[in-house]
Amino acid sequence: MSASRDRILARLRASQPAQPLPTPVLDAHYTPRARNEGVRERLARFRTGIESFHAEVHVSSEAGWPALLGRLCAEKGVGTLMYGADTPAGRQLQPSAFPATVLRPWAGTVEELKADLFHRVDAGFTQTLGAIAETGTLIVWPSEAEPRTLSLVPPIHFALLDARNIHPTFFDALRAGNWASGLPTNTLLISGPSKTADIQQTLAYGAHGPKELVVIVINAEGEVQ
Amino acid sequence: MSAPHATSAAASSSKGDARPIAFVSAQALRERMHDAVNDPHLRKSFRGAMDFLMAKRAAQFPDEAELDSLRTLSEGIRQYSLSRLPDLLEQLEANLTRNGVQVHWAADADEANAIMLGIARRHAAKTIVKGKSMVSEEIEFNHAMHDAGVDALESDMGEYIVQLAGEKPSHIIMPAIHKTKEQIATLFAEKVPGVSYTDNVDTLIQIGRQVLREKFEQADIGLSGVNFAVAETGTLCLVENEGNGRMCTTVPRVHMAITGIEKVVEKLEHVAPLYSILTRSATGQAISTYFNMISGPRKPGEKDGPEEVHLILLDNGRSQAYADEQLRKTLQCIRCGACMNHCPVYTRIGGLAYGTTYPGPIGKIVSPHMMGLEQTHLLPTVSTLCGACGEVCPVRIPIPELLVRLRGEAQSKPHDNPVMVGQGAGYSPLASFVWRTWARIYARPGNYRIFSWLASRFRALTPSRQSGWTAARTPLTPAPRRLRDMVRDRQ
Repeated sequence: MSASRDRILARLRASQPAQPLPTPVLDAHYTPRARNEGVRERLARFRTGIESFHAEVHVSSEAGWPALLGRLCAEKGVGTLMYGADTPAGRQLQPSAFPATVLRPWAGTVEELKADLFHRVDAGFTQTLGAIAETGTLIVWPSEAEPRTLSLVPPIHFALLDARNIHPTFFDALRAGNWASGLPTNTLLISGPSKTADIQQTLAYGAHGPKELVVIVINAEGEVQ
Repeated sequence: MSAPHATSAAASSSKGDARPIAFVSAQALRERMHDAVNDPHLRKSFRGAMDFLMAKRAAQFPDEAELDSLRTLSEGIRQYSLSRLPDLLEQLEANLTRNGVQVHWAADADEANAIMLGIARRHAAKTIVKGKSMVSEEIEFNHAMHDAGVDALESDMGEYIVQLAGEKPSHIIMPAIHKTKEQIATLFAEKVPGVSYTDNVDTLIQIGRQVLREKFEQADIGLSGVNFAVAETGTLCLVENEGNGRMCTTVPRVHMAITGIEKVVEKLEHVAPLYSILTRSATGQAISTYFNMISGPRKPGEKDGPEEVHLILLDNGRSQAYADEQLRKTLQCIRCGACMNHCPVYTRIGGLAYGTTYPGPIGKIVSPHMMGLEQTHLLPTVSTLCGACGEVCPVRIPIPELLVRLRGEAQSKPHDNPVMVGQGAGYSPLASFVWRTWARIYARPGNYRIFSWLASRFRALTPSRQSGWTAARTPLTPAPRRLRDMVRDRQ
């Protein structure tokens, strides 16, 4: 342990208040914000939010979404779609639904894939853990099967969202999922495609990350889990 | 480049790194402010940008009661975290270490740079690609790396533009806010190979994207700041819109994060209100595009992410602010920049005139701790004390109150037991004598009666030139008759 560490901590301890202040209570602020609403209302709020951030939202079904993804890829001219094969959603993707697109499962490490990922993959597909209605935000937990860069490097990000997993607020999402008990190495909230307003406050999309974010929603009529 | 910054920032090297701004003297600070006020382009850029940001912020808080509740909560979380700061830092260190993150402590800028240079050397790194980090600006990281032969490249669009121009950020959230798109178009045409002049903003951004994507792909190390560090989980949270922060913390084999020791919170749920009030106060966004929470390096079996993650915890004067109960409130700051967006002085002189890494109201209360009052004793006086900064601060830092306190620290007679380095650096025996005399007159009715009688009797002797006052105003002259006398006549 470094000398600076000990000195900094000693200095702070010397002037630390004898009694810490009371622990902040967040519930009073958030309880009224978690409206008593059904999946449809939550989805509507999520949709309004994320569309205002320039994302595209399509409603589909458990059975129909792979075909919709195939059609959207064809419409957008996606030559290669990369995805994680070893996931519930990934196992449903069959080449027959993708007439105009090569389906490429992620294989290997990013170092082995980097050149392709940066230059030859047109879109990435990931599942989501859920979403946040208040702000129009996707929750993405990358994993061994769906690495971090899949939702970052390709110019288009397709995300699959089960509407039953939409939470009223960020606070509700992390409380409900007990995130504090253990997070993956990387946890992401994503609200729209990458953007910047750094030149004269003019909004431009596609700064460094995806230029397009396309959300496919399933179970839009379902019960809240 | 506009005139006021030319002296300090024009010296750009072939690598496009700005020389550090050695803090400017009192006289130079006055000149810089004078030049900035008289630069119509600069005035227009900042006025327009600040009006835009103020309107966007206001639109995010339509419900006064909700704003009030959120501010109270956010202030409470920050004050609670600070009340347990040393415990939380140890908890953060323990949990980050458990997660596989290497934690380093730095007392000052030199130590922080040395630690990061050591990491770069160990990996034989040639290029470090940077996400936006004001703490890296604070320690002049780019300059230190340049001296050591390592390329440090900014990747936030605004920071990239500012680095290309050999300048410094003029705003903590929007670094290139002082530049027009025409200036940026000219800059790109001059500095980016193969680019011809275009002032189409989308095209300019795509040019930046192309250049920087190559860097993300090749860089050996990525550097980032930290918005919130969560002690209970060992998590570093980053707020951004562009995706460059995610690139820097995901693609290179090594990620170094640097942050001030004050950024730690205890519980993961504490970041929810702070994140919400941060983006709404800063740029008037309900939420940023990305919230990137990093809890460790790549695990066995994972296919991407850095193999090493380092966190550098920087003091650099923060523990001095911590030692005093009132000054400790400075450390509540979440770096949203709302205080500068609403500041009448910042709006008129822009961010570069201050000559400090952090400009505007927050810069005036934080820089004296980082740099000492010898260099910064004039800064707390660059204010009208109008109170706008305190009114918009999402964590209710009493900025005007702290400015008055710092004026006192700077201008009081030097004494043996100062709470701040450089206490008394702005002390003037003459000014002190004048004010003490003034106080003796105004605090005692008998003295005041004699003084006002003399002043009205000898009013013809009042000098017509009264230093700064008469530069733009008519001289102050006592009235021919005192109020006291006029009242007596009417009775």
